[in-house]
Amino acid sequence: MVVNEQIAIDHGLKKNEYKKICDLLERVPNITELGIFSAMWNEHCSYKSSRFHLKNLPTKGKNVIQGPGENAGVIDIGDEDAIVFKIESHNHPSFIEPYQGAATGVGGIMRDIFTMGARPIANLNSIHFGSPQNKKTKNLLRGVVRGIGGYGNCMGVPTIAGQTSFDESYNGNILVNAMTLGLVKKDKIFYSKAAGLGKPVIYVGSKTGRDGIHGASMASASFDDKIEEKKPTVQVGDPFTEKLLLEACLELMAGDSIIAIQDMGAAGLTSSSIEMASKGNLGIEINLNMVPCRESKMTPYEIMLSESQERMLIVLESGKEDLAKKIFDKWNLDFAVIGKTTKSKKIELYFDKAKVADIPINILVENSPMYERKWKKSKLPKKLKNKKEQFKNLKIINVLNKVLSNPNVCSKEWIWQQYDHTVMGDTIQKPGGDAGVVRIHGTSKAVAASVDSSAVYCWAHPLSGGKQIVCESWRNLISVGAKPIAITNCLNFGSPENQENMGEFVECVQGLGEASLYLDFPVVSGNVSFYNQTKDIGIKPTPTIGGVGLILNYKNMVTMDLKETENILLVIGKTEGHLDQSIFSRDVLNEKNGPPPEINLFNEKNNGETILKLIDSKFIKAAHDVSMGGIITALSKMCIKGKKGATLKKSNYLINQFEYLFGEDQGRYIIEINKDSLQDVAQILSENSVHFDELGTVSDDNLIIDDKSKVSIDDLIKSHTTWLTNYMNK
Amino acid sequence: MNSSVITFPGSNCDRDMDVALKKFGFKNKMVWHDDLELPKSDFVVLPGGFSYGDYLRCGSMASKSKIMKSVYNFAKGGGKVMGICNGFQILVEAGLLPGVLLRNKYLEFICKNIFVKVNNKDNSFFKDIKKNTLELHIAHNEGNYFCSKEQIEEINDNNQIALFYSDKSGNVNKENNPNGSINNIAGIFNKEKNILGMMPHPERMIDPALSGEDGSIFFENLINNLR
Repeated sequence: MVVNEQIAIDHGLKKNEYKKICDLLERVPNITELGIFSAMWNEHCSYKSSRFHLKNLPTKGKNVIQGPGENAGVIDIGDEDAIVFKIESHNHPSFIEPYQGAATGVGGIMRDIFTMGARPIANLNSIHFGSPQNKKTKNLLRGVVRGIGGYGNCMGVPTIAGQTSFDESYNGNILVNAMTLGLVKKDKIFYSKAAGLGKPVIYVGSKTGRDGIHGASMASASFDDKIEEKKPTVQVGDPFTEKLLLEACLELMAGDSIIAIQDMGAAGLTSSSIEMASKGNLGIEINLNMVPCRESKMTPYEIMLSESQERMLIVLESGKEDLAKKIFDKWNLDFAVIGKTTKSKKIELYFDKAKVADIPINILVENSPMYERKWKKSKLPKKLKNKKEQFKNLKIINVLNKVLSNPNVCSKEWIWQQYDHTVMGDTIQKPGGDAGVVRIHGTSKAVAASVDSSAVYCWAHPLSGGKQIVCESWRNLISVGAKPIAITNCLNFGSPENQENMGEFVECVQGLGEASLYLDFPVVSGNVSFYNQTKDIGIKPTPTIGGVGLILNYKNMVTMDLKETENILLVIGKTEGHLDQSIFSRDVLNEKNGPPPEINLFNEKNNGETILKLIDSKFIKAAHDVSMGGIITALSKMCIKGKKGATLKKSNYLINQFEYLFGEDQGRYIIEINKDSLQDVAQILSENSVHFDELGTVSDDNLIIDDKSKVSIDDLIKSHTTWLTNYMNK
Repeated sequence: MNSSVITFPGSNCDRDMDVALKKFGFKNKMVWHDDLELPKSDFVVLPGGFSYGDYLRCGSMASKSKIMKSVYNFAKGGGKVMGICNGFQILVEAGLLPGVLLRNKYLEFICKNIFVKVNNKDNSFFKDIKKNTLELHIAHNEGNYFCSKEQIEEINDNNQIALFYSDKSGNVNKENNPNGSINNIAGIFNKEKNILGMMPHPERMIDPALSGEDGSIFFENLINNLR
């Protein structure tokens, strides 16, 4: 087949990009080469629209061992230990085929982690679906949850936390973001940089099939009416093989045979081989006849573009082939020497003794397109004047029950009960808390992790929204007693070619960067997913943040469940009653306009650090951050978890009761302390200039808000826990 | 007390079991499925996981592993053998325990704490356990125990039911049956009571920081009884 412009366009390349390829090569590429270019230059692999903005994110810090640019980020957690972690999207495949799409998303992110020599110790996920009324939502949710469980459970890695949301903007484009944390010794981290000439290039894992061809290109395009035709671009996962691959790789990594290793993820053999060569400033030569294939008569084009799962590419020390082969034989995995490193600085492919591709690596990598897309700045919407008369007809308890059973607030136990969250025997905080916590096996240390996103805030004002999610992640870690260390981000947006969507991206990233710089909470890894839209309508901007923090002594971990009657409840941080974009405004008043709550980074940092001081001094019995649904929602969840009641103090605040109870001002927490320690705690808070209010006391059985508003904890539990189960079993 | 934990391809609770056994004083060895001989053992455990990816049928392929011949002979000679979760499925597939394990009633994987009523304490696994119910943890997709009418009669006649799913106070009823198991069965013995298969994971409940501590009661009691 002779390549021409139309074929290039069919591969997702733009006219000018095709011209650039011909100019750089000084000839027309053949079809295999064109396939390689389309794989390397699509949005998913090249970050061509996002690179320009991502470079401004803070990525360094005293605990950062490896920032973005490798398979995952790495942070120092003291002693000899390091945590490797990353979040990644698998949105498009999951919409087309929810089970396999989600499953291979989980498989892919776990491979990124153990490629670096780390044993995965925890999984998290952030999943977003269309409106519950949308006829596809239920099946997509069921399929995604089964897929995530099907893969993670089989791998024997606990899924310790997550986030699920529903919003009509995802009706035609759901989001599935999967995150994994792995544990590694600092001196046993593996990288993808090849080194040395004539070193054997090894293929291990599953055989290559025709599944997933052009997966990465599909992920870089918008959906239209023909999505069903794209099913064959979704990969098929085999968690059993990945479990074997994990064990085999870790066994080989215990020795000193590996120079570089890279998993075959998006764009399979193409991107893995090119990345390793590029990082090592070397060439690579591959004999495609040596690649283990699942199907007969696969062409070089298909072999290079297949996204079959559970495969790895390794550059080995010369002479270690037999030793390595023995390990992979033991685990019943394919092992093949398929090529070698060269000094040519080119990728050279051979098939049936003929050269089928010959491309200088720098053309593919350094010369890949980069766009400074046009973007539109968002204005901060005007604050709405609350119409107090609207409140008059509302009863607090009714509103509270409505908020607690809102699909975005209600308990997600139906979901996380399908994930094994206790395997490996170190999960000390299960899903349903502020953050999941796992112990570092055999030590007193533990790591906490949380995933967060606030698409509504980001949609209302991207800059504030971007800041807010970083702060929320920070608060979730603080709430369990962890010192926040670093984040990973998964940036889910509409089309970068649309100025509004691009503007949302640019300003969210800016906000995210400002907050993470201020909080010293750097970004160490991440992933960008554009073109999350159907036809021309983009999703609400949904940057997802995965935060990781450290607890030095796991016995000091804090949970949110109320502990003891008569203990005192404090609200940390100032309550001003911001209702615009709150769940109360949107779902009770049906008001979708107005700005999101303001972020004060000084207060965030100061409040959080002071809470950690209180935790260190063992004053805090329970803690929970105040987020969606405000103080009363946060408190209700603490009651539900602890099966305890609470009695609020008679109000002496100046704002309206609904504003006080449901306002979503940021930087706040509710803490439970012993009544004898009130004076000491108050003193520490004052010394650190932290605003606090006395909210009330812990009691039995009922939540008592005022003389007229009282509800039993059993009723709260019912409101909180029934919606999702009923919805799924209807 | 020497114990052996078998690692099959796809086992993923083998390490957790190793940790638990050692914590309570066993000298444990990990045994590879491809080995022919068990090391000298007083107790053999088939751990949880997804041996062979649960492909074909859960436990089916693992039950034909090379090591299983040795496990079979050890069990038939009266050796103490325990299968947890996938290990239970393997024991059933190997013909060492009666019945089968079907997919959970609601076709969903379930991971949560549950209570079990100890039905038979006249054996080395549960002898001297003071509590009548234990809080343990389940995590499985195929834990729905099933057997024929004749088999269930025989199981009852021989007092082979080890554990029932129950509530905290030991009431055995439908509401406390997480997966649809016949008669709420959570674990069974062979006739001689030297082989135990159960779906719940005691090894995940051995530390107050984890889901609970009733697993500790189980292991402490077990090693004392085997001594």
